[in-house]
Amino acid sequence: MSELAPERFLPLPTRLLRFGLGLAVIVLLQQFVLPGINPYFARILILAEINVILAVSLNLINGFAGQFSLGHAGFMAIGGYVSAAFAVSAGPAVLAVLGASPEAPGPAPSFIVLCLGLILGALVAAITGLLIGIPTLRLKGDYLAIATLGFGEIIRVVIQNTEAVGGARGFINIPTYAGFFAVTLFMVLTLAVHWNLVHSRHGRALLAVREDEIAAEAMGVPTTRYKVLAFSIGAAFAGVGGSLFAHYNGGLHPNTFTFLKSIEVVIMVVLGGMGSITGSILAALLLTAMPELLRPIKEYRMVIYSLLLIVLMITRPQGIFGLGEFDPARLLWWRRARGAR
Amino acid sequence: MLEVTNLDVRYGAIHAIRGVSLSVPEGMVVTLIGANGAGKTTILRTLSGLLRATGGGVRFLGDEITGLPSHQIVKRGLVHIPEGRIVFANMSVLENLELGAYLRRDREVKSDLERVFVLFPRLKERIHQSAGTLSGGEQQMLAIGRGLMSRPRFLLMDEPSLGLAPLLVQGIFEIVREIHRQGTTILLVEQNAHMALQVADFAYVLESGHIVMSGPAAEIAQDPRVRDAYLGGA
Amino acid sequence: MQEFLQQLVNGIAIGSIYALIALGYTMVYGILRFVNFAHGDVFMVGAFFGLFAAGWIGASAGANGPAAVVVVFLAAMFGAAVLGVILERFAYKPVRGQPRLNALITAIGVSLFLENAGILIFGADPKTFPELLPPANYSVGGVKISSTQVMTLAGSCLLMLGLNFVVYRTRIGKAMRAVSFSRDAASLMGIPTDRVITATFALGSALAAAAGVLFSMSYPRLDPLMGVMQGLKAFVAAVLGGIGNIPGAVVGGLVLGLAETLVSGYLSSTYRDAIAFVLLIVILIVKPSGLLGRAVSEKV
Repeated sequence: MSELAPERFLPLPTRLLRFGLGLAVIVLLQQFVLPGINPYFARILILAEINVILAVSLNLINGFAGQFSLGHAGFMAIGGYVSAAFAVSAGPAVLAVLGASPEAPGPAPSFIVLCLGLILGALVAAITGLLIGIPTLRLKGDYLAIATLGFGEIIRVVIQNTEAVGGARGFINIPTYAGFFAVTLFMVLTLAVHWNLVHSRHGRALLAVREDEIAAEAMGVPTTRYKVLAFSIGAAFAGVGGSLFAHYNGGLHPNTFTFLKSIEVVIMVVLGGMGSITGSILAALLLTAMPELLRPIKEYRMVIYSLLLIVLMITRPQGIFGLGEFDPARLLWWRRARGAR
Repeated sequence: MLEVTNLDVRYGAIHAIRGVSLSVPEGMVVTLIGANGAGKTTILRTLSGLLRATGGGVRFLGDEITGLPSHQIVKRGLVHIPEGRIVFANMSVLENLELGAYLRRDREVKSDLERVFVLFPRLKERIHQSAGTLSGGEQQMLAIGRGLMSRPRFLLMDEPSLGLAPLLVQGIFEIVREIHRQGTTILLVEQNAHMALQVADFAYVLESGHIVMSGPAAEIAQDPRVRDAYLGGA
Repeated sequence: MQEFLQQLVNGIAIGSIYALIALGYTMVYGILRFVNFAHGDVFMVGAFFGLFAAGWIGASAGANGPAAVVVVFLAAMFGAAVLGVILERFAYKPVRGQPRLNALITAIGVSLFLENAGILIFGADPKTFPELLPPANYSVGGVKISSTQVMTLAGSCLLMLGLNFVVYRTRIGKAMRAVSFSRDAASLMGIPTDRVITATFALGSALAAAAGVLFSMSYPRLDPLMGVMQGLKAFVAAVLGGIGNIPGAVVGGLVLGLAETLVSGYLSSTYRDAIAFVLLIVILIVKPSGLLGRAVSEKV
């Protein structure tokens, strides 16, 4: 971790340059590589990227702040439904202002509508996170888990009973403004925000809250504020994941957001190691791909999956990738060093 | 009767007990004195099976008991009365005493109950009261009485006088003497070294996980270092 | 008024089923401070055991004697008790002593395992539970009570009295209470704590299976995911009454059952599934120790 620390002090131009380079890489991938990949694989890749956003943001709450939340699907649902509702109701007006036709808006105007909806969805999710977090984060451990699970379910039932967004029938005909480019871009942004956050002063404060709340409080860390902060930032990014999902999938159904979805994300975080961003990324990719890999033995898939989870908890409770960050650069260096010998 | 050889206990990185050896012959009262955090309670918890030793061994009545679960150690007659008067607060005095006799199925439980009541008449007065409502001294009596209900051959007593008013402290040590008179061997852990050394036949002094001194209680009580450190120069 | 009384009866009937499941959560929590997330799935498996038992003894359409009912219950309860013991031994015991989060995730894994193994073995499509009792409706002052409701009330009362006897009058019950107060202190009394924990799982699972059979008698469609919602609601009932507190589980179950039927009867039935969680959050914020929980006593 220490060799990565100087990155924080990079001057702004260098950062912008890197950002531009990254953007160019995504565009190039989109233009030249993606068309060559079969659509089935591309779909899995995009869903995996959305799961990375969900897992990394839940890791902020569960892994870094140590507050066990089982309500992530609820925030994802809020982000998805809010941004979809925005695109459907206000989207045409925005497109008109931009001088684009609602039927074929073109990539730039539709990206703008996506961004506006996504920001709105993330904001509403963050505010909900704040409202839920303030009373419930007083609770500890199992109680907090169950309370957040309860909130997640309430959010789902409310959506189910809101006819304006399709109610129990589901929300259909959402414009599909999010493709590989948008999803990848927002995934990278999410990672950058989380990486910088946890390697900042605030990140250390969060770790202190996780390790020993009383001691952290005694050192002058405002623990409640940090817990609520982590909770609503995590909720906001779950909202980002949800709105990307809505605009990629073109439809939403309340049953997608049961607490089983929350548990799926929790499993990614646990598998990757609590408090390891790289671990969450790898676990999200692996767990999205695994059901597909196990497709030949489809009937046994979930049974094997759940058994693996139990065995993992018994034999390797710190997660497959452990608590530290997985650093590919270090891996390369290690190989080189061994090769030289 | 109890032989501890080279006992080693670690909690994670903390090396709490370092090679402690001690022995308690049948019919004796042996005391283990030392400051707060010296490891006295850790030793008792290891002897009664609540903690795992990381090295060394414990023999009781000639049998190796290292690593046995607590309930099997109790079955052999080695009974630990924990520190802090841990009584089952949600149960009555009678239920607490009956739990002490959990492993016994003989008919003499009733008469042992009477014996405990002779020792502690206060408990008889409060027999149906819930243990959580007893005073500190009464809870300590209950904890001791409960321990006696299993008919121990050997008692490990952890700080029986802790937190009690001076008057009650006298009473509790009287009880320790009485239990000993009735034929139970005792290993007594105490911070109140002054009282403990009066009751005991033999003493060990523990400092940061080591035995630093041992000898007949009367001699230990006269040792200038012990007098300085544990007896307040008295 | 009459309608209100009717809702009351319905609420108590479903509430007593929640209470039976909640007892298992609360007993395990009391002893291990652990939320057995898979308990709702044990309820499901218990219902299926009941279904199989009914099949074996050839109980099919209507008119079966009380003997058949007893056999079905005992078979389901025994089967579930064995399942509970197996789960405890092979999944939960190895993670004991690890952080509580790991135990919770293990339980989630067990829950997913039971559900998916259920889909594999029983099939995903709903199965119909045979009518163990001749369908009949009794009318008391204009309030209709069905024979299954009578069975539910009588059965759960009997089981709760039985549990009360076990916990407060027997040696193992005394040991359970001691372990739930302090595992260390209990083992110093010579109580074999591991065996007590196993017994607790067996007892809780048997009660869940009885609840499963009672539930299937009223709602005769069984599927491998039927335990998810019921389990969650029963857990809410346990927290509502004060988790770790046995009378609390019963009170919580009844309160939840009544709240659900009254709200869906008088306000809106579509919000039925949210009521439990609203109650949960209200109680957690107002009085986290539950309705019958004492602030800093035995089970905190």
